Amino acid sequence: MKRAAFGHIGFPILLLIPQLAIIAIFFYWPAGYAIQSSFYLEDPFGFGSTFVGLENYTRLTRSSNYMESAWFTLIFTSVVTFFALAIALLLAVKADKVIRGAKTYRTLLMWVYAIAPPVAGLIGVMLFDQSRGNLTQLFGMMGIEYRLGVNYWDTAIAMITVSIWKQIPVNFIFFLSGLQAIPRSVREAAMIDNPSGTRRFWDITFPLLAPTGFFLLIINITYSLFETFGIVDTIVKGEPGNNPMTLVYRVFVDGFRGQDLGGSSAQSVVLMILVLILTIVQFRFLERRIHYT
Amino acid sequence: MADISDTRTTPATATRPAKRFRWDTIGDHAVLIAGALLMLVPVYMVFATSSWDAITVHRNGMQFGFGDRFVENYNAALFEYGGFTDSVNGMTMLANSMILGLGFAIGKIVVGMMAAYAIVYFRLKFATLAFWMIFTTLLLPLEVRILPSYEVITAMNLGNTYTGLIVPLIASATATFFFRQFFRSVPEELIEAARIDGAGPVKFFIDILVPLSRTMIAAMFIIMFVFGWNQYLWPTLITTDESLFTLVRGIRQIIQSYADGSETPDYGQAAALAIIAMTPPVLIVVFFQNWFVKGLTESDK
Repeated sequence: MKRAAFGHIGFPILLLIPQLAIIAIFFYWPAGYAIQSSFYLEDPFGFGSTFVGLENYTRLTRSSNYMESAWFTLIFTSVVTFFALAIALLLAVKADKVIRGAKTYRTLLMWVYAIAPPVAGLIGVMLFDQSRGNLTQLFGMMGIEYRLGVNYWDTAIAMITVSIWKQIPVNFIFFLSGLQAIPRSVREAAMIDNPSGTRRFWDITFPLLAPTGFFLLIINITYSLFETFGIVDTIVKGEPGNNPMTLVYRVFVDGFRGQDLGGSSAQSVVLMILVLILTIVQFRFLERRIHYT
Repeated sequence: MADISDTRTTPATATRPAKRFRWDTIGDHAVLIAGALLMLVPVYMVFATSSWDAITVHRNGMQFGFGDRFVENYNAALFEYGGFTDSVNGMTMLANSMILGLGFAIGKIVVGMMAAYAIVYFRLKFATLAFWMIFTTLLLPLEVRILPSYEVITAMNLGNTYTGLIVPLIASATATFFFRQFFRSVPEELIEAARIDGAGPVKFFIDILVPLSRTMIAAMFIIMFVFGWNQYLWPTLITTDESLFTLVRGIRQIIQSYADGSETPDYGQAAALAIIAMTPPVLIVVFFQNWFVKGLTESDK
């Protein structure tokens, strides 16, 4: 709040009403409803529901399908986050270094940001298609039989590749801005002290980039968990079968295909807790550490 | 690059780093070109494929060269009813995507600015509480509470309406948060001066704050428009009525005709629709990239 603020009461409340009404109806109500129904078992024929306590949660831990999705999500998130960050950092460092064409490279590298995940998924489906995919044919020439939608890990590779591709632009923009925010004086001092480019990068640039990197780490984990939904859905072609699935995709599949309201809600709550932990970690622990060491 | 003291003392060594620097630069450009190709080639292939007939693509996969079915494919993707569904064509989907993108961006900016103004510029007892209530929504994307949100919309009879499509997506406070950050950086003298001049809160907001926020509004608009345009899961669930389908939702229809395998999908036409679906957001990001980058990097932190 500003020191010289206005003293009215009615007007600001009027200003807040649209926002508060929307989040109350479309955020807090559904979120509360999810928590509530995670303790109930819905009758599949619509005859009310029974309170089952934590049974929906224990059912999840016993479900081999769910645990498999959890493991897959962990692997998926780690691999996507690592490569999306690493490739983007490499490109940003190079783009920051070159003088000629820096703006052109920025344009060429960032625009994929605007492509919708399902459209990216469609491109993936066409490239990795079992019989006609250009990459599949390439793999075939190398003697690798690639079968999207049949082989679990083949499908996973397509999902991971497309997800990394789609996320590189965002990371690139942030890393490039982070690099360009490093003051000239620091760069020049570093240049005099240490002529080796690699050493200079790891000793000076990388630590200065750490806050950006940490912020991006959280962004990328959230991206892998949630925003890849469209990619996953298009690559499994809407037919889950025994294809790999991320946790958020399973919330959708169990809720809408399986009609398992309680189980799907319990999964939602697990994800909510996961996101809360991520946020707390971001604010409380790692960020502070990186800033002061 | 070469230091002045360097060149003055030993000119012989000064040429060496200069030469190595040139090799470095070539390496840098090579990496950047490889990166740019990685980003460009897949989309170029979709574009080239959109100019071929279905049979060629069915036999040989995506194409690198251009065929002669350019006009036919785009014509079919845009105007042919029953290409993927029976009652919708590309133009309808394009219009719906536009409505979703614009409605979402404008709605979010208006609602967010109003709330941020109330939180920052008024002495409200519950301003902090309101802020935290709004801030919490940043944590949980719609995907997480998808089933209960769907039930709520159905209970309110908002399925298959633009309201049901757009408003629940606004229920996250990203814009509010960014405008709050921005308003806090506006100098206090401005409001003091405005009050001395006798300007009330409405006048101050419209005559001073909104014009000051122009760049911020533009940046937000680009990011939010792209975000709204690219929505997938929510439109998929909430619109069963085909006349409300968006382009991105239409992509799912293409995929399903792939999965069915009952008939040869019209690949060229599918590629054309994918190109149509990605063109507006890509153009906006490319043309307004300075605002876009500014909005993305300054606000998100």
